[in-house]
Amino acid sequence: MDALSLHQVWVEYGDKIVLERVNLKVAPGSFVSIIGPSGAGKTTLLRLILGQEAPTRGKAALFGELLRAEPGPDRGVVFQRYSVFPHLNARENVVFGLECAGSALRGRLWGRKRRDALDAADAMLAAVGLKDARKVFPAQMSGGMQQRVAIAQALIMKPKVLLLDEPFGALDPGVRVDMHGLITQIWGEFGLTIFMVTHDIKEAFALGTRVLALDKPRIDEQAPHRYGATIVYDMSMDKKVRAELPPEIAAISGEAAS
Amino acid sequence: MRRLLNVRPRGGVLVLLGLAPIVVLLLIYLLTSEARHALNPNDKILPTFAAIARAIDIMAFQVDPQRGEIPLWMDTRASLSRLGIALGISTMVTLALGLLLGLLPVFRALTGPIITAIAMAPPIALLPILFIVLGLGEASKIGLIMIGVIPAMVRDLGAHVRAIPEEQLIKAQTLGASTWQIMLRVALPQALPRLIEIVRLQLGAAWVFLISAEAIAADVGLGYRIFLVRRYLSMDIILPYVVWIALLAVTLDFLLAAFNRTAFSWAHPKGAR
Repeated sequence: MDALSLHQVWVEYGDKIVLERVNLKVAPGSFVSIIGPSGAGKTTLLRLILGQEAPTRGKAALFGELLRAEPGPDRGVVFQRYSVFPHLNARENVVFGLECAGSALRGRLWGRKRRDALDAADAMLAAVGLKDARKVFPAQMSGGMQQRVAIAQALIMKPKVLLLDEPFGALDPGVRVDMHGLITQIWGEFGLTIFMVTHDIKEAFALGTRVLALDKPRIDEQAPHRYGATIVYDMSMDKKVRAELPPEIAAISGEAAS
Repeated sequence: MRRLLNVRPRGGVLVLLGLAPIVVLLLIYLLTSEARHALNPNDKILPTFAAIARAIDIMAFQVDPQRGEIPLWMDTRASLSRLGIALGISTMVTLALGLLLGLLPVFRALTGPIITAIAMAPPIALLPILFIVLGLGEASKIGLIMIGVIPAMVRDLGAHVRAIPEEQLIKAQTLGASTWQIMLRVALPQALPRLIEIVRLQLGAAWVFLISAEAIAADVGLGYRIFLVRRYLSMDIILPYVVWIALLAVTLDFLLAAFNRTAFSWAHPKGAR
């Protein structure tokens, strides 16, 4: 079964067409990088999978089930910023999902349940390399630490799909390399299907097993909003497909992989 | 020569600068008061410091034989309890409405227009209605303060909750949180520091409505007292009362600010990176 299948999907805001004729099938366990110029609907595609956006036309299904236009615990997300709750420390941020699942009315756990949840949160913090930062609040964290917390926070719900919206865009280059290592490791360990929007083409090719490039294939000079973007390149990162890449993209991907 | 905007006073100079206008004001008062008393020893408009001290002694340290209580404490207790009850209820109402208004578009559509309309009506103009409906007792005074401060407080808190980044709300939903859980665990804690700040900002307005209500119909209270003795041109009582009211207001403001810093340390990071 496909992790995600989009069939003739359009997304429109009023008379502005953002995405048109998007067809996509993604196998479970893929790491899909989404690239493209600004305004080409990368984030809209991610929001669609997230459930923050509904397709105006077409069908979108996740593991065979039609997508509900509402975010849910089967899809984790890490945004570029504001992904963690500023009023909770690292541990409280990570345990949040378990607390909501365990107590509908109070949204908090007590006693044994709480201890178990906190143990799970601590294990998750250790997995993202934040064993010693449990009590630190986001305002005292570096950007990289905040993103680690955000990842741990999402993973504790054991999502099938992890959505990353330019997750490393605001980080220093060195930290970014560490985070690439972390996300690759977690992707394998948790058996996730990952969709990552990025501006960094090298990053897209280095991490992804599949790279989607979005762009507008047609442009009406008089009404640029009337044509939407769609998937213009769909590249699987195995050797056979890599050889068929347009030379300029092949050059970048070779560089990134080395 | 350094630019004026780069001159930063520190230490003793800072204290001296702050005291200077107060000292100047007192000096001007002293001189004009002396001048007036030289012409008319019974002048009541600018009483001497000695006369003010005598009035303070009568109001703040002597038991009033008719009421069997010290007037200043009686007035302070009455005024502060009115203010406290009114601000307490206002804060609770604001918290509930502000969260709903900031978080739920449906509630925003339902109540936005009416809250805007109520906020536009001048509260003092509603005072007669309050007197008619609630009588001349405590309820109408508390009601006036509430009507005066709640609309502004609700709109402020609603805007603050609405400004919580959408990413956080989406993130919470991907963690399985319901509307209620998001309100309780995401919006409420982040609203509280701002709520205290809003109460601080509305303290001034609350005092205005309190003094107005007391001036019009009351038999005890700080506002009642100064409007009562105004009939006798008793500036020797009015001036210390005004200073006392200002002191109370400053103290309340300081306490709220201190509470905000200690209770919500996450919102006031030390040495944030």
